[in-house]
Amino acid sequence: MNMPRFWREISGRYNLIGSRCGNCGEYFFPKRDICPKCHRKSMGKMESVKFSGTGKVISYSIVHDPHPAYSDMRPYVMAIIELDEGPKLTSQIVDCEPEDVHTGMRVKATFRKLAEDGKEGVIFYGYKFKPE
Amino acid sequence: MDAGIVSYGAYIPRYRIKPEEIGKVWGEDGAARGKGLGILAKSIPSPDEDVITISVEAARNALKRSGIDPQEIGAIYTGSESHPYAVKPTSTVVAEAIMAAPDMTAADYEFACKAGTAALQNVLGLVESGMIKYGVAIGADTSQGAPGDPLEYSASAGGAAYLVGKERVIAKINGMYSYTTDTPDFWRREGQPYPSHGGRFTGEPAYFRHVLTAAKKMMEKMGTKPEDYDYVVLHQPNGKFPRRAAKKLGFAPEQLEIGLLTPRIGNTYSGAVPLGLSAVLDISKPGDRILAVSFGSGAGSDAFDITVTDEMEKFERKRAPLVSEMVENEVFIDYAAYVKYRKKIRRKGE
Ligand SMILES: [Zn+2]
Repeated sequence: MNMPRFWREISGRYNLIGSRCGNCGEYFFPKRDICPKCHRKSMGKMESVKFSGTGKVISYSIVHDPHPAYSDMRPYVMAIIELDEGPKLTSQIVDCEPEDVHTGMRVKATFRKLAEDGKEGVIFYGYKFKPE
Repeated sequence: MDAGIVSYGAYIPRYRIKPEEIGKVWGEDGAARGKGLGILAKSIPSPDEDVITISVEAARNALKRSGIDPQEIGAIYTGSESHPYAVKPTSTVVAEAIMAAPDMTAADYEFACKAGTAALQNVLGLVESGMIKYGVAIGADTSQGAPGDPLEYSASAGGAAYLVGKERVIAKINGMYSYTTDTPDFWRREGQPYPSHGGRFTGEPAYFRHVLTAAKKMMEKMGTKPEDYDYVVLHQPNGKFPRRAAKKLGFAPEQLEIGLLTPRIGNTYSGAVPLGLSAVLDISKPGDRILAVSFGSGAGSDAFDITVTDEMEKFERKRAPLVSEMVENEVFIDYAAYVKYRKKIRRKGE
């Protein structure tokens, strides 16, 4: 993970801060400066919003062959989650067995360690999801 | 004192290991060890959990119940002996993760198992003096015992956060008292992964002397007796010490049980008294009086005399999980998974 980029994205990764278009009302995650539908009409109308952190699993896969840094949790579940406000994001599902995950499952955001830059490097934190 | 507890939140990881499972590996009668310590199981953090994630979850639970604007928080102090970084505070991540940054102060505290109550005293002082409107004090740990050490049966993970303010106080602080001496009962040198302890020295001259003295002097200061309290919460390095201390002080087992979590989750170190007090606040009613006494090796005890206010009637406890719900949410793992989760396996390149 790239540290300056991660640092810029902290508000999104820690607190699920995204955007809402003031023109059409659509929600976006991560943050956007311009609405892809309204283009120029959305300029200056994009608002910062904190998502509720609840949503449902749209699709998922069980990872058996992860990057070595993630092998402690093998096998684990990566899922596409649709937030209740609409936007979709990808996240690991924790605190449940892979066989218990199903499409449509209600989930909520939790704060976890995402990665660390070796034994001496910085630790990255942010959202993962767990059963609601 | 006008400053008091406005809200609180707890967090306990869901993984557990039983003493039988630990004993099996080291050729000891784990069940007997567990019985001797008064411990049925201890909590273990998931590989992606540490003191920072536990502190954030606990602080978020406290905020869910209070509904205050986090921008009004003027200080965050986190007490732990297992901060993930030796240099770089836990509290700054918590501040950002609860959206309290940047107009505020933050620092981490260390005092073995009483770092959390030390943080609470400091936040109470800042709020009482009017220097800040709200402050957050957290006690959390993911403590480790060396493989094969008796501490391995008890050292566990968990934490709780306290939001302190002067408005809508659910638990009033009637008084505080601390007792501090230089006692080498337990320590960890810089750069060492596991702590060392003075064996039998940890009991009488350390835990009992400090906890009993702090409790007695607190009651002397307040003019109270054990029967004036509905609940007592004592530091709980195992299930036995707090029971013996409570008995010596003249408390009945019923006054101690609610706040005694070690038998089910192990010793959460800096999280122990904060979690025990959270369990009591989860069920307490207006007018209930609580005596809480922490203990930190090295050594010292902080005592708090607390009364639950009428505000508790309106307090929305159910907005965050109760301690009892987190204690019940348990998944047992074996010793092999435990050493992997606690990163005790040395891998290639390490
Ligand atoms: Zn739009």
